Amino acid sequence: MRHIISVLVNDQPRVLARVANLLGRRNFNIESISVGESEEPGLSRMVIVTNGDERMMEQVSKQLHKLVDVIKVQDLSEHPSVARELLLVKVEAGPSVRHEISGIVEPFRASVVDVGPHSMMVQATGERSKLDALLELLRPYGIKEMARTGVTALSRSVARAGV
Amino acid sequence: MPDTATMEKMAERLAEAKGEKKEFSGSEILLLSLLKEGVECVFGYPGGAVLPIYDSLYSGSLRHVLARHEQGAIHAADGYARATGRAGVVIATSGPGATNLVTGIANAQMDSIPLVCITGNVAQSLIGTDAFQEADIMGITMPITKHSYFVSDVNDIPRVVKEAFHIATTGRPGPVLIDIPKDVSNAKAPFHYPETVSIRGYQPHCDPHPIQVQRLHQAVREAKKPVILAGGGVVTAGAEEELIAFAEQARIPVTTTLMGLGGFSGEHPLWLGMPGMHGTYAANHALLECDLLIGIGARFDDRVTMGRLDKFATGAKIVHIDIDPAEIGKNVDTFIPIVGDVRKVLQAANRGVPCSQSEEWLQQTAEWKKRYPLKFQDSEESVKPQWVIRHLYETTHGKAIVTTDVGQHQMWVAQYFQFAKPRSFISSGGLGAMGFGFPSALGAQLARPDETVICVTGDGGFQMTNQELAVAALMNIPVKTVIINNRCLGMVRQWQEVFYQERYSEVDLTASPDYVKLAEAYGVKGFRAKTKEEVVQVWKEAMSHPGPVVLDIWVTPEENVYPMVAPGSGLDEMIMGDEKQ
Repeated sequence: MRHIISVLVNDQPRVLARVANLLGRRNFNIESISVGESEEPGLSRMVIVTNGDERMMEQVSKQLHKLVDVIKVQDLSEHPSVARELLLVKVEAGPSVRHEISGIVEPFRASVVDVGPHSMMVQATGERSKLDALLELLRPYGIKEMARTGVTALSRSVARAGV
Repeated sequence: MPDTATMEKMAERLAEAKGEKKEFSGSEILLLSLLKEGVECVFGYPGGAVLPIYDSLYSGSLRHVLARHEQGAIHAADGYARATGRAGVVIATSGPGATNLVTGIANAQMDSIPLVCITGNVAQSLIGTDAFQEADIMGITMPITKHSYFVSDVNDIPRVVKEAFHIATTGRPGPVLIDIPKDVSNAKAPFHYPETVSIRGYQPHCDPHPIQVQRLHQAVREAKKPVILAGGGVVTAGAEEELIAFAEQARIPVTTTLMGLGGFSGEHPLWLGMPGMHGTYAANHALLECDLLIGIGARFDDRVTMGRLDKFATGAKIVHIDIDPAEIGKNVDTFIPIVGDVRKVLQAANRGVPCSQSEEWLQQTAEWKKRYPLKFQDSEESVKPQWVIRHLYETTHGKAIVTTDVGQHQMWVAQYFQFAKPRSFISSGGLGAMGFGFPSALGAQLARPDETVICVTGDGGFQMTNQELAVAALMNIPVKTVIINNRCLGMVRQWQEVFYQERYSEVDLTASPDYVKLAEAYGVKGFRAKTKEEVVQVWKEAMSHPGPVVLDIWVTPEENVYPMVAPGSGLDEMIMGDEKQ
C-alpha cells in the first residue's frame, strides 16, 4: 500500500542524506521525497512517499525515529490529509495546436506559464492521479521535458475531518 | 584509572578555564571536555589533521595509547568499553586514519557498544576539494554510527562532546563520530562545559508501561513451557541479578545468545546454553517447543532463528523486551512488546511475578541437557581445540575475561567456557570482524588491570591485527594470547567441507609466521605447544608470567564446530556431529 510519511527534522546539514541513507540501507523504497521549511524555525518538513505493508511501515517509522535529527514521524495515510504535487511540463506545440492544448489544460485548473515558437510550458498542481491524467492527454503532442516536485502533504484539521 | 597527577593537572586546567576570560584552542577544549566526561584513557594514532589535538595531548593530562593501526586503536577502545560499560574513545587523523576506523565503527554499531570516535579533517577551506588526506568520513560512516557531528565552529565543541557521550552511552548504546576540521581545532574560544544535555530528537524510553508488565505476568502464569532468550541487552543494562531473580521466581529456563553470554551464569541450573546455528540441543529445542518465549535484550537475528521464522517458536506467544522500539516487530511478530531499559523492566516485572506451570517442562529441558550435552571426540595423540578451551576454563575456574576473534575458536569459547559474569566474554558478534580479539583484549586489560584477560584467537584473525603486540610489549599489558592454530581458516574450511564438497579454496594458512618468534621480535614472551602435556605446561608458565604472552597451540585442523544448523534449515534440523560414527 502507498503511504505518505511526514517527517519533522532538524534543519541541519546532511539531514536529507541521513534520511535517504536510512531508507536505502533498510531496503525501503522511495517514490518521492520533498523537503522544505516547516512552521517552526530550525525545523524542516520532509514528505516521503513509499510503499509497503503494515510491518514495513512500522519499521520505516521506528527506524526514522531513531535518527537523532528526526523530531516527529507521522503516517498521513492514517488520517485525512491533503496531498499535492506540482508538475511543470514542456509540450511540443506549434501555433496550430496551442488552442487545443489550452483547452485540455483548462479543466485541470492548470495554466500555461511559458510559450515558445514550438512549445508551451504547462504548470499544474494537484493529486498525483490528476497530474497523471493530464500528462496522458498531453503525451500525444510530444513531451519535450518535464519536472515533478514529488508529493507534499499536510494532515487536515480535526474539525474538517471527513469533509 | 586516573592517577593523582592526571587529576591535579586536570583540576589546574579547569581552574584556569574558569578564571579570567582565558581562551583555549579547539583541541584544548576537546581535551578539557573529555576530562569533564571522566575519560581516563584514549586510543589513537596521530597524523596531519590531528596535529593540534596531539600537541594538546603532549601536556600529558590524558592517557593515550598509541596503537600501531587505527583498526587496532578502535578495537582496543571497544574492548575497553565492553569491559567497563563506559564509552571507549578513539582518535584518528583525516583520510586513511579515519577510514581505518570503519570496521571498528561498524563492529560497535552492530553490537551496541558505546564509542566516541574523534577524527580530524582538513581545514574547512579545503573541504570538498579532494585535498590531501581528505575523506568524507561522516558520509562514509553515516549508516554505521548512532549519530555523527561535523564541528564547524570551535564554540560548539563542548556541547558536541557532551551530546556525543550522552548519545553513545544511553538508550541503546552505539558509536558516535565527531569530525573536527583542523582550522576548528586551532581556533580559539573560551571553555564553558554544559552541565546538562537536551536533545529534542533523542529521548530514549526507559520505564516500561505498567499494563505491559501485567500482561507479561499473566502470560507467565499461564505458561507451561516458557523459555527466556537473553541477549546482549541484559549485559548492557547490567540486569544480571534481576534476570536471575526473574528466572528463579517464575521458574523459567534461560538461553543466552552469543552477546548475552555471561548475562546469565553458565553455571546456573536453569541455563540451557547458547541457541542458534552452533547452539545446544536443549536451547534450540526449548525455542522450538516453548509456549512462551520471553526475548530480553535480544534481537532475534538470523544466527539464532536461522531466518526460518516458519520453524521458530511457532507455538509460542512471544514477549519482547527491548530498549529499542525498532527491534520489536523487526524480525518476529510480538504478542507482548515491552519497550524499556531491560533492568528497569525486570525490576518492575519482579514485583509480583507469578510462578509459571513449568515443572514438567523443566524436567524435559534438564533431560535434553543431560542426553545431548556438548561433546567432542577427545584424543590423546593430538590437541583438540575444544579441550584447550575447557582447560582454560578449568584452570582459571572461569574467573577471566576472554576476548575472541571470529570463527571456529569463537564458537568453541562460547560453547566450552561457561561464562558466569557479565562483561567477561568480549567478542565481535554482529559484524563478525576478524582481527577484533587481540586489540580488544588490550583495551579490556587496560580497563580492568586486576583481572586475567585471555585472548583466544585463530591463526587467521591474529594475523589481521598482530602488530598491536608492540603496544602489549611497550605498556607491559599482561594479556594471555592463545592462538588456536589449525593452519587454516577453520570456519570457512568447515563450510567448504560440508557445503562445497571439500573444495578447500584459499583457506590454507600454512605459510604463516612462527608466532613464537613473532612475539619475541616484539619483546613478548612466546611459547609453542603441540601436545596436551605441552599445553598444560606452557599455559601454567603463561599464567605465572607477569607480562604479555603468546601461546601458539597446534590443534587438529579437521575439527568442526558442532552442533550445527545449516543455513536455510530450521532449528529442528541440527547436525550433532556424531552422525558418521
